[in-house]
Amino acid sequence: MELDVLLLSRIQFALTIMFHYIFPPLSIGLGVLLVMMEGMFLYTKEPIYEKMARFWTRVFAVNFAMGVASGIVMEFEFGTNWAAYSRYVGDVFGSALAAEGLFAFFLESGFLAILVFGWDRVSSKMHFFSTLMVSFGSIFSSVWIVIANSWQQTPAGYHIVEGPSGPRAEIIDFWAMVFNPSTVDRLSHTLIGAFILGAFFVMSISAFYILKERHLEFAKRSFKIALVLGTVSSLMALVSGHSNAGMVAEQQPAKLAAFEGHFKTEDEGTGLYIIGWPDTENEEVRYGVAIPKMLSLLVYNDPDKPVKALDQFPREDRPPVKIPFMMYHVMISLGMAFIGLTLLASFFLLRGTLFEQKWLMKTFVVAVIGPYIANQAGWISAEVGRQPWIVYGHLRTSDGLSEAVAASHVLTSIILFGLIYVMLFIVWVWVLNNKIQHGPDDVQPATTSGGAAHQGGFKDVATMLADPDRGHALVSLDEGSDAVEGEEDDVNKEDVQ
Amino acid sequence: MSMETLQIFWFFTIGFFLVGYAILDGFDLGVGIMHLWVTKTDKERRLTMNSIGPLWDGNEVWLVVFGGALFAAFPEAYATVFSTFYLPLIFVLFALIFRAVSLEFRSKSQSKLWRKSWDVGFSMASMTATLIFGVAVGNILLGVPLQEGFIYRGGLLDLLSPYTLLVGVLAVATFAMHGSIYLHVKTEGELHERLKNWMWRTFGLFLVMYLLTTIVTLVHVPHATANFKDYPVLWGVVVLNILAIANIPRAIYQNRPGYAFISSCATIAALAVLFAAAIFPNLVYSPDTIHSLTLYNASSSKNTLGIMQIIAFIGAPLVLTYTVIIYWVFRGKVQLGENSY
Ligand code: HDD
Ligand code: HEM
Ligand code: HEM
Repeated sequence: MELDVLLLSRIQFALTIMFHYIFPPLSIGLGVLLVMMEGMFLYTKEPIYEKMARFWTRVFAVNFAMGVASGIVMEFEFGTNWAAYSRYVGDVFGSALAAEGLFAFFLESGFLAILVFGWDRVSSKMHFFSTLMVSFGSIFSSVWIVIANSWQQTPAGYHIVEGPSGPRAEIIDFWAMVFNPSTVDRLSHTLIGAFILGAFFVMSISAFYILKERHLEFAKRSFKIALVLGTVSSLMALVSGHSNAGMVAEQQPAKLAAFEGHFKTEDEGTGLYIIGWPDTENEEVRYGVAIPKMLSLLVYNDPDKPVKALDQFPREDRPPVKIPFMMYHVMISLGMAFIGLTLLASFFLLRGTLFEQKWLMKTFVVAVIGPYIANQAGWISAEVGRQPWIVYGHLRTSDGLSEAVAASHVLTSIILFGLIYVMLFIVWVWVLNNKIQHGPDDVQPATTSGGAAHQGGFKDVATMLADPDRGHALVSLDEGSDAVEGEEDDVNKEDVQ
Repeated sequence: MSMETLQIFWFFTIGFFLVGYAILDGFDLGVGIMHLWVTKTDKERRLTMNSIGPLWDGNEVWLVVFGGALFAAFPEAYATVFSTFYLPLIFVLFALIFRAVSLEFRSKSQSKLWRKSWDVGFSMASMTATLIFGVAVGNILLGVPLQEGFIYRGGLLDLLSPYTLLVGVLAVATFAMHGSIYLHVKTEGELHERLKNWMWRTFGLFLVMYLLTTIVTLVHVPHATANFKDYPVLWGVVVLNILAIANIPRAIYQNRPGYAFISSCATIAALAVLFAAAIFPNLVYSPDTIHSLTLYNASSSKNTLGIMQIIAFIGAPLVLTYTVIIYWVFRGKVQLGENSY
């Protein structure tokens, strides 16, 4: 059987980027929440906020490490698998990637060290500053990477010239490249998606504690802060998503047609499918439920203006329909569900009965899966809807491949990454579960200068604390804060020894 | 600024990132290589890992930035090098992921088997990554037979020759020495004492490999020394290199490990400058020289190089500032604390 390098390379890219993108949105979203919590601590000086910041920082660190480990692969993958593409776009695209490294990654990774390891080495103001920088850095890195990606969706600020090994795009206007027609819409939407994930993540774990009646004070506060971010972001996702759809209609009409399963152009206003199954053979949507004229209204603010359908494009330029259609609809449905859920929770919060709604808490425990799916679904629809182009309108994906790479090599890489990613994922879930089972610790009074002195004694405790069973035993006593007192005693004993 | 100046500026800037990477990640890869050899107890293994705990991530960013800058400044070289070294690079990435994860997860369970497995994984991954880096450097020195359009059509095994393997082993020896010195600086007590012997051993290994590689390069890779005939000043670098190397045993002998560490940093920097001098103005030398990738035919447009230069001038001081802050905050001997691995 002949293995197809193109297909394998696409599978490999999709696998690695989708795996990578499990982690960045949580880093971004949780980063913002950490800033909020530590900011509250500095402002109110209430120890509960420090306890929160410390606990969520530990969760953050595990996630961040996974994001870094999987991200390094991405940086080189354009060269390994898409060499022809890299030659074509390097002049434009490379500078965004280089800027990302120089401006964002150094910032994040440097201050992350202080965030995680520096609690007792620097003052709390300096620590807050580091948290701010890490959060800032992770947002910054998404800025540059989304600029790069948006450029290949809607190229601007360049011209095509004969390069050393064939035609290539060269930059003529840096700022036009940066602010290409889709950057602002897509960046804001991506960030909002990340905030939603961060908020739901914190709400999920907090709801779990509330249901188990552990660490109640801690969990309730965390939940409230996250709920504020979650509600605002969910509402904003709708606004920015709508703006995105308008942009896509203008810049990539074939993609929008694929999103909407819109095969044939009509003479009147176009309807909007709420649900359905695109049948690509017969070019129609089956079992569809549509609101008449709605799409025209949303896109053009005019119910009678028809929207361009796929039949307006040559066959070889049409994107696949099934995947973008399904993923796009999954994302939007989930988006609506988030709005409903967060508004409902806010309503109960205002009435002061939020934490008594057991069923709602249960829903929130599992709801965190939603934003994970929505984020992936969003990217899949945007990227698959871009096909068959790798640089929209200029370079086809099939022409972007590495000239010299054999299918067997790509297959080897898929197997290797597949193996390590599965293993990583299992370990990540396991470690995260340990952290959650263990719960937050009470905070030792800070010994700011040269806290190193008492650190040696902590070591055994630190390893013991990693043991989930012990965590169970301690916290099942009563509400979190009391239970953890026990640990503090242990710590002191260790110190004396 | 003229196009040529910009191209040369970027040749050296990329070299700068590579030197930064080799010096910084060099010591933490070296710590990884030495991890199993120098430690006896679980506590010592935690100490070695935590000696690089807050630093390795930032160190690896130098590699990421090297990749990004190469992409932006010399896209043809980025495309050619990484698709030519496809599988080796995948193995490096695999090793780097594995290393990151071993560090993060090793101490998360009490199980002996769990810890042992990650310890072995950590050490093997550090060794593999270093070896492959060295083999890649060896190939670049030796030259890669590129064809029309800067494309390499040879096989994977053609990249492994006795010479490239020799350079690979030199890389492992260099980082092992660099890492041992670093660990000696960062530790106290018994481990600190034991590392003294390891510094001598790794230095010995390094010296042997260094001499061997130098001789073989002089004899077998004539184009690598061509620049030295044209620019005799380069011999100055050779002298500096020898002085830096000679200073390592001296400093160890005088019990000044910090000084020894600075000398091994200088050694790595000098080796990198020699490497740059050997290949200049090529980025990838092809025996069929019209297909060589040089800094002139591989670069991006003048506009991009100019923009990137601005980016670099804004970015570099920031990066240096954070680096200094972080290394300052984590100065002194390693301690195990509640946030340690
Ligand atoms: C900076 C560029 C960039 C960025 C930020 C992303 N992608 Fe992408 N993506 C590409 C650049 C790219 C690419 C290099 O252009 C690919 C490879 C093959 C292709 O057609 O486009 C691609 C393909 C590709 C495919 C396969 C599509 C197909 O071949 O049919 C999927 C599923 C994704 N991507 C998903 C994602 C996800 C989940 C991302 C979230 C982070 C993402 N992409 C970000
Ligand atoms: C193909 C595209 C991508 C490439 C080449 C890429 C590259 C990388 C690399 C090399 C790292 C590790 C940096 C380090 O060592 O600290 C990283 C981490 C990160 N990336 Fe990506 N990335 C891609 C997609 C994205 C997207 C779309 C986003 C955000 C919207 C994103 C956000 C982040 C963030 C926030 C981190 C920090 C680590 C973490 O989140 O845990 N990346 N990425
Ligand atoms: C509520 C209604 C929503 C609408 C109308 C909407 C609309 C869109 C559109 C049109 C795109 C394609 C942009 C492009 O192809 O360039 C997109 C992409 C995306 N969506 Fe949504 N979205 C919604 C909700 C959400 C939610 C709740 C999330 C995540 C939690 C999310 C995450 C994403 C992501 C990550 C992308 C890919 C990045 C991008 O292209 O901007 N979306 N969305």
